[in-house]
Amino acid sequence: MRNALEKIGDQVLYLLEMAGRMGLFLLTCLKCVLLPPYKMRPVLSQIQFIGARSIFVILFTGAFTGMVLGLQGYYTLRKFGSEGLLGSAVALSLIRELGPVLTALMVIGRAGSAITAEIGIMRNSEQIDALECMAIDPCTYLMKPKFVAAILSIPLLTAIFDVVGIWGGWLVGVQLLGVNDGAYFQGMYASVIWKDIEMGLVKSLVFALLVVWIASARGYFLHLEREGGFGAEGVSRTTTRAVVMASVTVLVWDYLISAIML
Amino acid sequence: MNGNTGKKTLPEVAIELQGVVKTFGRQRVLDGIDLKVMAGQTTVIVGASGQGKSVILKHMLGLVRPDEGRVLVFGQDLSTISRKELNEIRMNFGVLFQNAALFDSMTVFDNVALPLRERTRKSDAEIRSLVDEKLKLMDLFGSESKYPAQLSGGMRKRVGLARALVLDPKVVFFDEPTTGLDAHKSNEIYRLFYQTQQQLGYTAVIVSHDVPKIFKLSDHVALLAQGQIQGCMPPEQFQLSDNPLIREYVETTMGPIYSSEKEEPGLHETV
Amino acid sequence: MKRFNLEIAVGLFMVAGFICFAWLSVRLGDVHFFSETTYAVHASFGSVSGLKPGATVEVAGVQIGKVDTIQLDQDSYEAVVNMSIDKDIHLQEDSIASIRTAGIIGDRYVDISPGGSPDLIKPGGRITETESAINLEELVSKYIFEKK
Repeated sequence: MRNALEKIGDQVLYLLEMAGRMGLFLLTCLKCVLLPPYKMRPVLSQIQFIGARSIFVILFTGAFTGMVLGLQGYYTLRKFGSEGLLGSAVALSLIRELGPVLTALMVIGRAGSAITAEIGIMRNSEQIDALECMAIDPCTYLMKPKFVAAILSIPLLTAIFDVVGIWGGWLVGVQLLGVNDGAYFQGMYASVIWKDIEMGLVKSLVFALLVVWIASARGYFLHLEREGGFGAEGVSRTTTRAVVMASVTVLVWDYLISAIML
Repeated sequence: MNGNTGKKTLPEVAIELQGVVKTFGRQRVLDGIDLKVMAGQTTVIVGASGQGKSVILKHMLGLVRPDEGRVLVFGQDLSTISRKELNEIRMNFGVLFQNAALFDSMTVFDNVALPLRERTRKSDAEIRSLVDEKLKLMDLFGSESKYPAQLSGGMRKRVGLARALVLDPKVVFFDEPTTGLDAHKSNEIYRLFYQTQQQLGYTAVIVSHDVPKIFKLSDHVALLAQGQIQGCMPPEQFQLSDNPLIREYVETTMGPIYSSEKEEPGLHETV
Repeated sequence: MKRFNLEIAVGLFMVAGFICFAWLSVRLGDVHFFSETTYAVHASFGSVSGLKPGATVEVAGVQIGKVDTIQLDQDSYEAVVNMSIDKDIHLQEDSIASIRTAGIIGDRYVDISPGGSPDLIKPGGRITETESAINLEELVSKYIFEKK
């Protein structure tokens, strides 16, 4: 009994410690992002990695999400005889919810996992120690370009996702199912207001920060993982955990932001 | 030992550990380490693996903070100085990590040039000539555009050494410099180490268990056992030491034949 | 060449992203970066039940603007609806604004019937003649109970 309590306490302490460490890490990284030096090249190559190379994934998921929204929305709205609302239904669900969330999840899968693995392997092979010994701050050198690139890329990817999704919905709703073309867009123009786009923007910015933070922090503190972060297995386990943790956190924050902003 | 002597002999002592204690989880890895590293000389820390030799190095580098005790580098206590001051001190350090810790995404040239690019204001031409010089010194001329994955273990160590030396450091740390290399390649690393030390006159701290070869290069040998430093003395004395732990270590690593020549009757009972 | 590709890729991505974002905010979000293309008009209603910000403002079924905000006038307990009307649409001072429903359960919108006065409503002006929202339930219950 006592042993069990001890174990629980131990685990709680460990989790608290990890949360604190990650929080401090976030603060340090944000400080690094704001302070000089400002170097373009590393940021560019990270935008290329996080943003530009995610574009095909985003185009595909965006188009199909929009198409399925068009399909589902059409059959639901037809029951009430209001197919004319299809445009606004597709646009609002994309802009407010699905765009930011699915983009964040795609980026977690594509770039987030890679960030955790990359930083984790750098930690394992003492490359991060090497940086510190060369008096190069790992936060400035490694994290800063990733943070800046994520904060720039993810909102842009979200915008692409939204637009592609709206046209995907148009393709199914208007071209295949015969909703009036004008009604699709007029309904959309009428019902979407700046506040909706603002909500999508705020969400994608917050998600960007969450994704890059969790992915890089888990990699950075790989050596402090309780079950041992060493070797290939340690890296793969930590990467999986980072992906799960980032995805769950994104969904939780999605609810929180919606609740606050609606 | 005694903290005051460190200040008096400041010009000679490059790094000093005073009663350093470090616990990881429930394991007390370092249990009161006292060690002095003399400037301009080579200090070797030996010990069985898993004893925390690398942890001592990490303390000296300021990568790990001691739970108790102090780490003095050039007379400054690493745990009381600011991050900026720590980085100033680290500008005098060069480190050759166990697996060289090269950056996979960079070429050999970029790896060696990194400290210069990030920490100095030298022009590209100056950087190029400095890096070329160091690469030549390491017999690496011609492979500067290769990536670490394309290099053999020995070459990687040489690149690591070139990177460690590129800022002309005052102190160079070697974490198991020859682990994983065959005899021929380790000899090459030792030769390069000897050459560069003669040339640049740096203080060297080597963590190794390549006994007895490493003795030939060292001015002082310290054994880490049971979380403490068992004597820090010239290698000749070390091999003949009465300390039972040192005796045991020397015997197990060099073989009983070596030690049996100087064996005293009754020693085996004390071990 | 590699360097070149990196910049091109990043550049293309950024441009595509910005274009999408601009399309969203300008076409859908009514953000006007360059010049105002609308003018503001307000009107008071006894009830606007069901009308929401973003609803359309129509004349003869043609959209001429949007509802920006709906507030309650603390003194008269009337609903004040602020609308933005396209710049090239002119409304007479005696126009009538009424709240209508598209279909039986559709969205509420503001319908404006043009008047005959020679004076036009100036930007920031007020439509004085209004018709409140018709409450379907009220109508139905009135019909049922009157019959009894």
